[in-house]
Amino acid sequence: MSETASLNMQDIPQGQLPEHIELQRARVFCKADAPVHTEDVEYSGAYAAVGFDNSLQVDDFRRDFRVEIKNLSMDDIEFDMIGIDASLANAFRRILIAEVPTMAIEKVLIVNNTSVMADEILSHRLGLLPIEADPRLFDFLSENDTPNERNTIVFKMEVHCKKRGPRLTVKSDQLKWLPNGSELLMESPNPSTKPRSFTSFSCSQASLPQISGRPIGMKHLDIIITQLGPGQSIELEAHAVKGTGKVHAKWSPVGTTWYRMLPEVKLLKEVRGNDAEKLVKKCPRKVFDVEDVGHAMKKAVVSRPRDCTLCRECISGAGEENIALRRVRDHFIFTVESTGALPAEVLFTEAVKILEEKCERVISELS
Amino acid sequence: MDSQPEPVSYICGDCGAENTLKPGDVIQCRECGYRILYKKRTRRIVQYEAR
Repeated sequence: MSETASLNMQDIPQGQLPEHIELQRARVFCKADAPVHTEDVEYSGAYAAVGFDNSLQVDDFRRDFRVEIKNLSMDDIEFDMIGIDASLANAFRRILIAEVPTMAIEKVLIVNNTSVMADEILSHRLGLLPIEADPRLFDFLSENDTPNERNTIVFKMEVHCKKRGPRLTVKSDQLKWLPNGSELLMESPNPSTKPRSFTSFSCSQASLPQISGRPIGMKHLDIIITQLGPGQSIELEAHAVKGTGKVHAKWSPVGTTWYRMLPEVKLLKEVRGNDAEKLVKKCPRKVFDVEDVGHAMKKAVVSRPRDCTLCRECISGAGEENIALRRVRDHFIFTVESTGALPAEVLFTEAVKILEEKCERVISELS
Repeated sequence: MDSQPEPVSYICGDCGAENTLKPGDVIQCRECGYRILYKKRTRRIVQYEAR
């Protein structure tokens, strides 16, 4: 580089970005009208002129990547993924919604239904019920497969509302698991042959070692399916199979899953006295607090930046120039809400495995 | 064809009682006198896709 090059600035050390450029690289700025610097700089040589290496190194990723669990309950998890690109965070979200398999009712065999609800509607409602069964213990049922104990779960429902009585509310607890498979017989055109059942189980599912410890059933026993009037009844069998959310949303293992970038709220100038009180009142998420600094003086401090929803209330109107709202580009707050087949944290590891499999497929395809 | 037609059972639209009717019978529920009767559903299995 020649001595007169405009980028050869003496006050900026080589191999490091000037502060304002580094901020643009690592943050999304939230201005009063719109966010700016939203796009990622991916090109490895983007900052070569100042000697900064923008390439992504596997070793750097291994060293810097972190996962911090913030909240974990039966079906929900909230955790931070730090040091990852948005494209990967989004891949996990999409895989969780559409590609992690679960079990759901797919075939409904209706023997009798005299309720006011049409068969199709009733079947659709049954399909949406979450089933408490580990999908990893089951195989996908292909078109030419016969339903057996490895790919099908059978439930039976027989409800009748007594005459001259009150109406009966049918809830999901009426679906009873049949570990031995279907009890209904197929109609055969030839009456001399022995009638076959709709499934061909070779053994009881309850005797399978992985299932015997935790019987299969409905995740929630209080979901209303339909109502029966006096004298009405429903008799049916429901067959659940393994599937993924991209085929039908009933197989999606999550209610939903989402991420947001970590909000960063910075006070560029000290906000004191009355202005501080005003600022605290302005924020609907109570991000700011007032702190006593002595001599009867008060100043505003940012105490809960994580709660910020970037509503931009604090940067609208007067005092806009005092506050910077930003998002950390590589820090994702990830939330997974499981529908109950698997715990939320297990679902996420399953999603990681699926992405891993996809990568391996690409590698073997290329080599 | 049978000379003696089999009685068919019907469900009363009001009280839900089961009625057996032969040709020529008055269409009326024996329990409550309601005049709308429904034919019973067949017990043949119908298969639906839960979608």
